Amino acid sequence: MNTINSTASLSRGQRWLRALAGDSASSGPVWFADAPLGDESARFIAVVPDPDDRFPRARENVVGLQQGWRLARTVREVVEADADAPRRRPIVAIVDVKSQAYGYREEMLGIHLACAAAIDAYASARLAGHPIVALIVGPAMSGAFLAHGYQANRILALDAPGTMVHAMGKEAAARVTRRCVEALDALAETITPMSYSLTGFAKLGLLDQLIDRVDADAPTDEQIARVRRIVAEAAASARSGRVDLSRRLESDSARTTRAASIAVRQRMALQWDAI
Amino acid sequence: MSADMEATAPTFVARESFIELSARERAQRLLDPGTFRELLGPFDRMTSPWLPLQGIVCQADDGVVIARGSIAGQPAVVAAIESAFQGGSIGEVSGSKIAAALELALRDCERGKIVRPVILFETGGVRLQEANLGLAVIAEIQAAIVALRRHVPVVGVIAGMVGCFGGMSLAAALCSHLVMTRQGRLGMNGPEVIEQEAGIEELDASDRRRVWQLIGGEQRVASGLADRIVDDDAAAIAAAVRDAFEAGLPRVHRTEATERYLSLLGRVDPSTITPQSMRTLFGSDEYGRKESE
Repeated sequence: MNTINSTASLSRGQRWLRALAGDSASSGPVWFADAPLGDESARFIAVVPDPDDRFPRARENVVGLQQGWRLARTVREVVEADADAPRRRPIVAIVDVKSQAYGYREEMLGIHLACAAAIDAYASARLAGHPIVALIVGPAMSGAFLAHGYQANRILALDAPGTMVHAMGKEAAARVTRRCVEALDALAETITPMSYSLTGFAKLGLLDQLIDRVDADAPTDEQIARVRRIVAEAAASARSGRVDLSRRLESDSARTTRAASIAVRQRMALQWDAI
Repeated sequence: MSADMEATAPTFVARESFIELSARERAQRLLDPGTFRELLGPFDRMTSPWLPLQGIVCQADDGVVIARGSIAGQPAVVAAIESAFQGGSIGEVSGSKIAAALELALRDCERGKIVRPVILFETGGVRLQEANLGLAVIAEIQAAIVALRRHVPVVGVIAGMVGCFGGMSLAAALCSHLVMTRQGRLGMNGPEVIEQEAGIEELDASDRRRVWQLIGGEQRVASGLADRIVDDDAAAIAAAVRDAFEAGLPRVHRTEATERYLSLLGRVDPSTITPQSMRTLFGSDEYGRKESE
């Protein structure tokens, strides 16, 4: 059990895990708790800062070696426990991850494998029938989001300052593409997939719901209850849907913005068996 | 000329560099002779809708070649990434081509018709001009690999010279079997990115020897993070791919060996670990490596 009494210094991941599920059952960089959701129990998981992490490049809310493998363990625990259960419990990934860990030791020891292990665990849980809901409460960046959240059946996000989805941090992207941050913002206005905002992300058809009027840093009880209700609805909806990710291409936004993704699949299917 | 040299000479003549081949040629070499059939080829003109908006010239296949054919007589599909176009980066179309090929292979496998999937990784990861869609399709590729490898081994090849980085390094790690050359590199963050994000004291990206020792094919295979090292020879790589399918599914995939890797990490002292000591620790059969093979 974690023993932090003050809530002033909590990260968003920590704050929302506590708000939705109570105290973490684990210490270290991956927090989890089992708590009621709708009429059932769900597992809530967050990656949180850990100033004591043995790997110094992974002490903030980033996905490094320990985080990747511990996410995998935390998810697999649920899958194994529910293997014979009539109903597989929902898993809620609370997403507040600013990046993967960048370091010499991380590369040496296979951070790519650690992140892949988390992906495998989430994807396997989804295929086994666990509804997976990602709730974005902070940054959802690049490889860290791939490892924690992007395999979900449903993706929700708070419409609040500080929530964003992107393939690369703004400053780093500016350096790599030799543009200034302002130029990147301007580009995002016309090139939808370049956008950092959740409204831009929603236009890609990847977001199931943008939850407005919530203070991400200091939510009221009413706001927490509303978010919990929306997460429960998403889990219920996921349970009645398919276990793959094909739904991501079916929304009106996807039909417009991801027309190429859809056309590639349709045309390849036509050519697949042709002689 | 000695009889000994005469015996070895034809080997050198016959060797064909795989690294120097285009993605299309690479796919051809992996498939049984005469069986190569490209899907969504250049004449289909499925190009990136996002690059022209940014003043970048498209390529008619968006840098990915999908080919059906057979491997050792069994139906197969090869997805080959072309590093010569935008560094092999994954955009909406190029990534969707890979995802679609894997999804169709999965559909066939679920109907009892096994299709052998091979991915030739040669990529820096997400194409930054298509940022969030690149990331999204990589998640879809990963989802397809996890679903597909319950039916058939998914075989990955990292030949070089670009290597395999970013989100696609996670896709490579999900493969059932990874073949690498000594010129191949596999890592999540490229050396330049590490130097930029963490400083030159963390890693000097221009120190090529140090980089190869860290993420090169030989190190990855010796430490068990990839399965087989092969020479840069098209025939040898094709043979390694055939062998991987013959070997069948591993009892446990690497990404499922959670307790093994957590216990290995627990034994690592981050302040003293080196590529050599890591190789000894991770590459040993102790702590259940055999379990994961």
